[in-house]
Amino acid sequence: MTNSFATAKAAASNDLLAIGFAALFGLGLVFAAGFSHASAMHDVAHDQRHAIAFPCH
Amino acid sequence: MAKNLLTSALFAGVTVGVLAAILQFIFVVPLLMEGELYETGARVHFSAGVAESEAGAPAIWGDIGRHIGTVAMNLVAYTGFAFVMVAGFALAQRAGHSVDARSGAIWGLAGFIAVQLAPAVGLPPELPGTVAADLGARQVWWAGCVLATVLGIAALAFVRGSAGVIGGVVLIALPHVIGAPHLDTYYGIAPPELASHFVTSSLGVAGASWVLLGTIAGALWARKA
Repeated sequence: MTNSFATAKAAASNDLLAIGFAALFGLGLVFAAGFSHASAMHDVAHDQRHAIAFPCH
Repeated sequence: MAKNLLTSALFAGVTVGVLAAILQFIFVVPLLMEGELYETGARVHFSAGVAESEAGAPAIWGDIGRHIGTVAMNLVAYTGFAFVMVAGFALAQRAGHSVDARSGAIWGLAGFIAVQLAPAVGLPPELPGTVAADLGARQVWWAGCVLATVLGIAALAFVRGSAGVIGGVVLIALPHVIGAPHLDTYYGIAPPELASHFVTSSLGVAGASWVLLGTIAGALWARKA
């Protein structure tokens, strides 16, 4: 009983870790696509940034 | 859980990234490239008391490299949106709300409202060549508006009772009460018809893309959950 409870608890915290990583990874991609000031990124992303209406220029 | 997050987000993000780029090539990029004619001065709309110029987009396929960039960055952006959305699916599921293709479509609609429509109320999608307030200030307002709207919609959807309603409405209204950064002068050089058509087209394409993103991610999520 105690063991299965501990296992369930560990699985739940693993899940939370996975959820946190997914959210952070997603935010990182959105930042690269929409916000990175590097000029190479800006040029490649130009039309997409206008189309998605990220603030650009 | 981790595998479901990864596969749902990747598949939905890549699929919708390609579809969004195709929709943009049909509905948005021609208007954007028409706007560039005014940005460069190849076309002039306002001159010597007369506002008139030829309408019509230039050929858009001259520079394929540019469009490959647009496809690539749509893949990156929509995959990013998908990862954040499936993280939300997982949190909702832990709180006892199941997610499938139909509820995923609502998630997509909410994403469109939070990431596109709400910030566009303060900062309209801009044609190239638009002169606007300081970029840093606009990016801060944009990010704050998206965050407040996401939290506001989540409060409306998941917090029971009047606290959820009041908190949700306050959070959604707050960025607009504060107000987006704007200049005290107009500098527009493009025809107003073109600028407004660009806004409606880009919002329409984004709306379709977001609903697809939620539907596909929700369907994949339900298959594995």
